[in-house]
Amino acid sequence: MRALILVGGFGTRLRPLTLSRPKPLVEFCNKALLLHQLEAAAGVSHVVLAVSYMSEALGAAMREQEQRLGIRISLSHEKEPLGTAGPLALARDLLAEGGEPFFVLNSDVICEFPFAALARFHRQHGGEGSLVVTRVEEPAKYGVVVSEADTGRICRFVEKPRVFVSNKINAGLYIFNPGILQRIQLRPTSIEKEIFPAMAQEGQLYAMELQGFWMDIGQPKDFLTGMCMYLQALRAQHPEKLHSGPGVVGNVLVDPSAKIGANCVIGPNVTIGAGVVVEDGVRIKRCTVLKGARIRSHSWLESCIVGWSCSVGQWVRMENVTVLGEDVIVNDELYLNGANVLPHKSIAESVPEPRIIM
Amino acid sequence: MPLKAVILIGGPQKGTRFRPLSFEVPKPLFPVAGVPMVQHHIEACAKVPGMKEILLMGFYQPHEALSRFLVSAQQEFKIPIRYLQEYAALGTGGGIYHFRDQILSGGAEAFFVLNADVCSEFPLQEMLEFRQQHGDAHSFVILGTTANRTQALNYGCIVANADTQEVLRHYVEKPSTFVSEIINCGIYLFTPAIFQHIGEVFQRNQQELVLEESSNGWQRAEVIRLEQDVFTALAGSGKLYVYKTDGFWSQIKSAGSAIYASRLYLNQYSKSHPERLAQNKPGGPIIRGNVYIHPTASIDSTAVLGPNVSIGEGVTVGAGVRVRESIVLHGASLHDHTCVLNTIVGWDSTIGRWARVEGTPSDPNPNDPYAKIDSETLFRDGRLTPSITILGCSVTIPAEVVILNSIVLPHKELSRSYKNQIIL
Ligand SMILES: Nc1nc2c(ncn2[C@@H]2O[C@H](COP(=O)(O)OP(=O)(O)OP(=O)(O)O)[C@@H](O)[C@H]2O)c(=O)[nH]1
Ligand SMILES: Nc1nc2c(ncn2[C@@H]2O[C@H](COP(=O)(O)OP(=O)(O)OP(=O)(O)O)[C@@H](O)[C@H]2O)c(=O)[nH]1
Ligand SMILES: [Mg+2]
Ligand SMILES: [Mg+2]
Repeated sequence: MRALILVGGFGTRLRPLTLSRPKPLVEFCNKALLLHQLEAAAGVSHVVLAVSYMSEALGAAMREQEQRLGIRISLSHEKEPLGTAGPLALARDLLAEGGEPFFVLNSDVICEFPFAALARFHRQHGGEGSLVVTRVEEPAKYGVVVSEADTGRICRFVEKPRVFVSNKINAGLYIFNPGILQRIQLRPTSIEKEIFPAMAQEGQLYAMELQGFWMDIGQPKDFLTGMCMYLQALRAQHPEKLHSGPGVVGNVLVDPSAKIGANCVIGPNVTIGAGVVVEDGVRIKRCTVLKGARIRSHSWLESCIVGWSCSVGQWVRMENVTVLGEDVIVNDELYLNGANVLPHKSIAESVPEPRIIM
Repeated sequence: MPLKAVILIGGPQKGTRFRPLSFEVPKPLFPVAGVPMVQHHIEACAKVPGMKEILLMGFYQPHEALSRFLVSAQQEFKIPIRYLQEYAALGTGGGIYHFRDQILSGGAEAFFVLNADVCSEFPLQEMLEFRQQHGDAHSFVILGTTANRTQALNYGCIVANADTQEVLRHYVEKPSTFVSEIINCGIYLFTPAIFQHIGEVFQRNQQELVLEESSNGWQRAEVIRLEQDVFTALAGSGKLYVYKTDGFWSQIKSAGSAIYASRLYLNQYSKSHPERLAQNKPGGPIIRGNVYIHPTASIDSTAVLGPNVSIGEGVTVGAGVRVRESIVLHGASLHDHTCVLNTIVGWDSTIGRWARVEGTPSDPNPNDPYAKIDSETLFRDGRLTPSITILGCSVTIPAEVVILNSIVLPHKELSRSYKNQIIL
């Protein structure tokens, strides 16, 4: 089977990380986001990446993965961003070949991808498309999917409902018959807003409910929440992959090449990337520390993303979704509260209130 | 020449800007650079040849802390030190007038009067020499220093005659418009003749009281302010001189200024008391700049202290603790990895590990050599102005929280982070 992964967004909400690399290559729980999907796509022999910007970096990374995973990966380049449906038209030839159903995925959701189950569900109902839905606590913040309880056939979509109609939302994971390609023109188009409503009206779209966790990690706050969920799932399925030992609290993922000093307390919910150095007496909870960063002694970090090759000084306190772009230096003894720091900055003053540091 | 010195220490109603610290100890005894504020005055006075006696004057009820301090200071400086208690707040001139016989007993030919709430190099010997050179034997000398034009308005402003070398022509206490950049440091050299001038004010007050008594209520004739009542009248009489100093000087009004004053005194220690400054030595903590550590304090060797840190009696500082620009009072305990910046940590307070306790320094503008510390009010436009953080006595800060620009009243046990707040 084939899969098209939508990786062409600018990832603006995950800046400053996406200023250094495309969102699909940002490591989530020590693995490029895109790899979570590629590795889960069992039974998929050919993946089409719908790209629009920063495609060189992606191309290079994908050639490596072709070898490793033994699948074919091709890039479909857009000259202008085509939204979430237009890329299907652009890759029409690749997708229609063979006449089989194909998968389409948003690249910034994280869950236990149910590829096989979705293919089975799709075959059973025989409609043109199936999408995965997930339950949320506050449906009023999203567009919800209203479907028949027994068959899963989608009746309609309601944007940000003011009264309760459903608590299921589109999880960004689909399977379609090639027939869908008739509906899509080669121009910027939103699949959610312009294609799905018509399919639903014709009774051609079905919803399959997702088991387990789901998160759209397209912004830092959700990236961290998604990390907590992912590590919890890892605890259940592969506890051996989690770190343990003195000073480790709860679910903590540490790359084997990282070094952690004495008298640290790490966790719960921490991911430490390759080559990271955490010096003595550091306290970290609910953070992702990306490759090559250094956290100097006696610092305290909560709910932060520390970008690649950053250096965080001694006795620094960072909290409240502080995000450091690549190669940021934070001087000793500073306090960063909700700071969003662009790459290659050196910070010499505290940021007591949430703020973007250009 | 037999000399005496009077240190005006005020009383319980004074020093409100020093709360909540003045709840526990009278402000004159608050430790600055490791020793009680007025000990710096006493030390300077005791050094002047001919000094016979030092009198602390105020309206505190006698109490144990003060008596204990007097006993130990007498032993240390080998000079009689007494406390004279005013029956009520008599102002900066009323007390010395009331106790003039005590001051002059033993044949004092001149005496210093020092405000307790200043920190200074106390160039007392220089004031004596200055009087020798420029004044006549009966002249009075005010110690003056230069302030910038705006800040000068918060002080007593002195206009001196440049030709005749600093003879006073005009004195105004806290004017509302610019008068002069030379300000009164609150340190004076008087001869017994000053009592005639204060006496005149007293007489006048008494006459006015007789006139006003029925209408205006009772105001004691003995309440006399040296600045407004005496100096203003003396200006232009040829009896009052100003000796200008370029040495360090600051008022100590707010708690924030105590940290600044500590810095000034710690600097001075490198010449006057090198033994009081902590050194980097094997097995000891890392010292950056000037740091005072009481010998009974227990400091982990991985802690990093300074610059401008004073650690009091019996304080415990854990592993990997960082302290900078702060005063840690006796019995306090800083657990591992805490970070304490621009803060006064009250007696017996506890800070949990990885907590951050931080204030905003109120230092004078470093680019203006004449700038003074602003001891402004706590609130501006209804909001707490960022200031140093103060933990009152026996405050407990839990692990891992941040306390920023806050004032925590005594005996509070906090359970979360606080910013820009007064915590009752
Ligand atoms: N190929 C392609 N993919 C897109 C385009 N716009 C969005 N996507 C992808 O569609 C998915 C959902 O998009 P969004 O959640 O809006 O993410 P985004 O646009 O990358 O990020 P933001 O700038 O933060 O909105 C993501 O996987 C994007 O990479 C596009 O114009 N072309
Ligand atoms: N003995 C005694 N000392 C006093 C009295 N009033 C003030 N003092 C002390 O004299 C010094 C100067 O006090 P003030 O005149 O109140 O202070 P200031 O420098 O003019 O500043 P403000 O507080 O703004 O008026 C301080 O050390 C006070 O403690 C008093 O009535 N009796
Ligand atoms: Mg977008
Ligand atoms: Mg006054």
